[in-house]
Amino acid sequence: MYHYDEIDKAIVHARVKQFRGQTERFLAGQLSEDDFRPLRLQNGLYIQRHAPMLRIAIPYGLLSSTQLRTLASVTQKYDRGTGHFTTRQNLQLNWIALPEVPNILEDLANVEMHAIQTSGNCIRNITTDHFAGIAADEIADPRPWAELLRQWSTFHPEFAYLPRKFKIAISGATEDRAAIRVHDVGLQIVKNDAGEIGFTVYAGGGLGRTPLIGQKMVDFLPWQHLLTYTEALVRVYNRYGRRDNPYKARIKILVRAVGSEEFSRQVEEEWMHGKDGPNTLTTEEVARVAKQFSAPAYENLPASDLTSVAAQENKHASGKAFARWLARNVHAHKVPGYAAVTLSLKTPGAAPGDASVAQMEAAAALADEFSFGELRVAHEQNLVLSDVPQKDLYAVWQKAKTAGLASANIGLLADMIVCPGGDFCALANAKSLPIASAIHERFSDLDYLFDIGDLELNISGCMNSCGHHHLGAIGILGVDKKGEEWYQITLGGAQGNAAHIGEVIGRSFAAAEIPDVIERMITAYLALRLDNEPFGETVARLGLPPFREAAYRKEDTNTNPSIGKPAHV
Amino acid sequence: MSKQLIKDGQLIDNHWQTLSLAEDATPADAASLLITQGSVIIPAAAWLAQRDNLLARTEHLHDIAVSLAPTFRVEDIAHDVHRFALIAVEFPKFIDGRGYSTARLLRERYAYRGELRAVGNIGRDQLFYLRRVGFNAFLLPPEQNAEAALPSLNDFPEVYQGAVDQPLPLFRRRTA
Repeated sequence: MYHYDEIDKAIVHARVKQFRGQTERFLAGQLSEDDFRPLRLQNGLYIQRHAPMLRIAIPYGLLSSTQLRTLASVTQKYDRGTGHFTTRQNLQLNWIALPEVPNILEDLANVEMHAIQTSGNCIRNITTDHFAGIAADEIADPRPWAELLRQWSTFHPEFAYLPRKFKIAISGATEDRAAIRVHDVGLQIVKNDAGEIGFTVYAGGGLGRTPLIGQKMVDFLPWQHLLTYTEALVRVYNRYGRRDNPYKARIKILVRAVGSEEFSRQVEEEWMHGKDGPNTLTTEEVARVAKQFSAPAYENLPASDLTSVAAQENKHASGKAFARWLARNVHAHKVPGYAAVTLSLKTPGAAPGDASVAQMEAAAALADEFSFGELRVAHEQNLVLSDVPQKDLYAVWQKAKTAGLASANIGLLADMIVCPGGDFCALANAKSLPIASAIHERFSDLDYLFDIGDLELNISGCMNSCGHHHLGAIGILGVDKKGEEWYQITLGGAQGNAAHIGEVIGRSFAAAEIPDVIERMITAYLALRLDNEPFGETVARLGLPPFREAAYRKEDTNTNPSIGKPAHV
Repeated sequence: MSKQLIKDGQLIDNHWQTLSLAEDATPADAASLLITQGSVIIPAAAWLAQRDNLLARTEHLHDIAVSLAPTFRVEDIAHDVHRFALIAVEFPKFIDGRGYSTARLLRERYAYRGELRAVGNIGRDQLFYLRRVGFNAFLLPPEQNAEAALPSLNDFPEVYQGAVDQPLPLFRRRTA
């Protein structure tokens, strides 16, 4: 992974010092709340329902075990013992005391971490594929490019006060695991006929109130121009993006208003001035950064398929449980004899994406023992051990199980993406965690979950869509109706290459109705599906009507008393 | 009165008067704005409306500066920038960052070399970025302590990306 040199370190420490000064002036009454707000946001600090929330950057989701241990110790020392991993591959702490934030940032800076630009109207943490560098379908490793973009966007003087936040995602594989089409800018690494690297550039995608799929700007942008082109694009947005209404200020609204062809022409025109300028990337710099993402010292191991790994352990009483974990939580690796392992943060009873201090420490220990001391954060809010020898899978499973990190549910209905919602977030219209918990309870039977198969269920507590509900095969959105919490359901969303925005099925439901509604739609799916057809494809084939009919069918309602009536907040 | 103008890293007196138009001013208002003698900063719209007359008074032109509102397209004044000793860029709200792009365009594309002054709702926490995009003067609002703000011009010891103050990105200097 990328290691800071003396200059990188000096820059991050200067930020800590700057923010310490700003915090002191705010606490002394020398800086108004209005003046302080954008400054604290650009350091990841929100004022939430109960306490300030700090969002710590995990650039493109890559962590060393040392960094994860620091996150654990920061969580222990300054929070209440639990951190929340987000869809931007970051970590949020929900119970922070404002005067301590500079000290937290200092602890983080000592392990080359920060909270720079994790919020605010600026270029945010760049996200990528959590299987970067190890996926068999990879064209090129996206991480060096993500790091180059991180450096370019860090304290970019021209783009600290954009109309709205700006998110960039990059994928280097043929299958998009970074949701690039729903980002302000999405970059797909491609190779031309000469074998040279470039990027297909998309712009104007996004979720939120107006979900839109990004439009293609350029087919092949040679890598040298990555920074100059992006700079031109963000400049056009900075100058012409709307600033009169925050709900219409994202770049997607501008792209839609002027049309993607016209927008692309304006960017091209702007770019002609900066193209080949000093910010043009050099072979030396790309090599300097790429070198730091070189492969770890893999052993020469025999490749075994996972069925035989499972068979070896079948003698144990736990054979079936292990086989299930292998089926869901273990992923192919491009190096023979190795696999990637997802440590599930979707354990029933805990909030999706949450990790306790003990779990963070256990994950760090697993990384040290089995995976070259590195981990990834997946945007689906799980942790990933990227380089595990297949021969160690059983040992990893046992230790992960002890730490509560081995729920065999990756990609299943229980692997929900869920925002913190109204329990924590001041922006939310409704709670999302009790809904997730009620669904977990209803679908607690693993046999049933395995039978249902691949299904993405995503929950957002408000239109800001942090839970990516538009992209779920089933999406649940919390809405406010006259002060009460209701939930709207969308079907047919998808992430990846076939990114698609889900469709609303009809009027919204009360919280207590949701588990029944989901269950009735699942029952309908099980009756209607063709062989091995995943939920999303059945919806695509048949459309909404059979599912709508099931969702609103009343006769077999069995209300779940475990979640209460709509709350008044 | 305390000095509120920082120029080239020093606190100095501001000897320029500012003439402004109402927010909803029409082109006719811009054309009829009375431009007084002495060093005045006038709205760029007034400059465009009265350009021929003002150019006829060539002997006074060194006393006229223009001020660009966030919505003003710097392209519209590009061929005149060399005439001005001072261009002001307005920040009615510091969270409106259009002026940062305006400054870079003036310096990098239109080769403006005179005083480039940020005015309005700006403070010490913006100075570093403002300086990087090409401003060399900053008029802080009266309630701010301009002297205490001076060190913020140098909040960071190094920068990653090329801009006006340092056109070369760090990666072109790292190996040097």
